[in-house]
Amino acid sequence: MAAETTIDPMHQFQISGLTGALDGTPFVFTNSALWMLIVLGAITLFMWGGMKRELVPGRWQAAVEGFVEFVSGMALSSIGKEGRAYIPWIFTIFTFIIFANYLGMFPLAVFGPHPFTVTSQFTVTGLMAVMSFSIVLIVGFWKHGLHFFSLFVPHGTPKVMLPLIVPIEFVSFMVRPFSLALRLFVAMIAGHILLDVFGNFIVNGINSGSVMGYAISAISFLFIMGVNALELLVCAIQAYVFALLASLYINDAVHLH
Amino acid sequence: MDLEAAKVIGAGLAAIGVGVASAGVGFVFGSFLQGALRNPGAADGQQGRLFIGFAAAELLGLIAFAVAMIILYAV
Repeated sequence: MAAETTIDPMHQFQISGLTGALDGTPFVFTNSALWMLIVLGAITLFMWGGMKRELVPGRWQAAVEGFVEFVSGMALSSIGKEGRAYIPWIFTIFTFIIFANYLGMFPLAVFGPHPFTVTSQFTVTGLMAVMSFSIVLIVGFWKHGLHFFSLFVPHGTPKVMLPLIVPIEFVSFMVRPFSLALRLFVAMIAGHILLDVFGNFIVNGINSGSVMGYAISAISFLFIMGVNALELLVCAIQAYVFALLASLYINDAVHLH
Repeated sequence: MDLEAAKVIGAGLAAIGVGVASAGVGFVFGSFLQGALRNPGAADGQQGRLFIGFAAAELLGLIAFAVAMIILYAV
C-alpha cells in the first residue's frame, strides 16, 4: 500500500455479488448472504453442542443453558408470565444480532478475507425491527381490539392535555421500529469506521518512514486496542438493548401500560 | 465557500452532537451508580431501566453521527 492511500472507510460495508455482478439481476449470492449463512452455521453449531441433555452439564452445555436462561429471564422479567410465548422471537433476534456483531469483528483480515458485519445494513436491522413492531401491532389488536389505542393515553392524563399528549405518544410509538433499527446499524457502522480509519493511520504512518509517522502509528495502535475492547462491549450491549426494547414493546402490547 | 468545504464543516458540527450524547450516557451511568451505591440491594433489579436510559441517550448521539455520515457521503 502506498503511503498516500486515500482512506475509504465506507468500502467495508459495500455489498458485492459473489456469483456475479450486482447489475439489476435480483438473485445474486452476495457477501451479506454468505455472512448470514456463516452466522446461522455458528449459531447452529453453538446450540447443537449444548443440547446433549446431560444430567450434569459440561462446559458447553452450561454455556448454552446460561445463554438461554439469560434471554428467557429478560423476556419473563419484562413481559411477565405471558412472556413465555415470545421467548422464541426474543431469543432469535438476540442470538442473531450478537453472533453477527461478533463475527463481523472477527480479525479474519489477517489471513485475507474481510469479514462483513451483517448488522451494519439498515435492511437487515430494519427488517428485524419491523417484525418486532408487527408482533406488537398484531398481539395488541388481537388481545385488546380497538382498546389498544388507549396505549396513547397515559393513566391520569387531564382531559385538557389530551390533544397534546396523544399526538406525542403516537409519534413516539410510530418511531419505535425506526429508532430500534437505527441504533443497532449506526452503532456497528460507527465502530467499524473508527477501526478502519485508525487501522489506516497505522499502515500509512509506518509506510511514511518518518519518525512522526512511526509515532502516529504507535499512538493509533494503542488507541485501536482500546476501541476494539470498547467495540466488543458495544456488540454485546447493542444486542442486549435491541432484545430488551423489543420485549418491552411487546409488554406494552400485552399489558397496555 | 465551495460545497466540499461546507460539507466537511457541516459534518464537523454534527460531530458536536456525538460529544454531547456522550455526556448524556455518562450522566445515565453516573446517576445509576449514585443510586446503586446508596442501596446496593435494589440495584440489580434496575439494570433493565439503566439500559433503557442508556439506549435513549445513545440513540441521539448515533443520530448525530448518521447526520454527519449523510452529509459527508450521501449529499
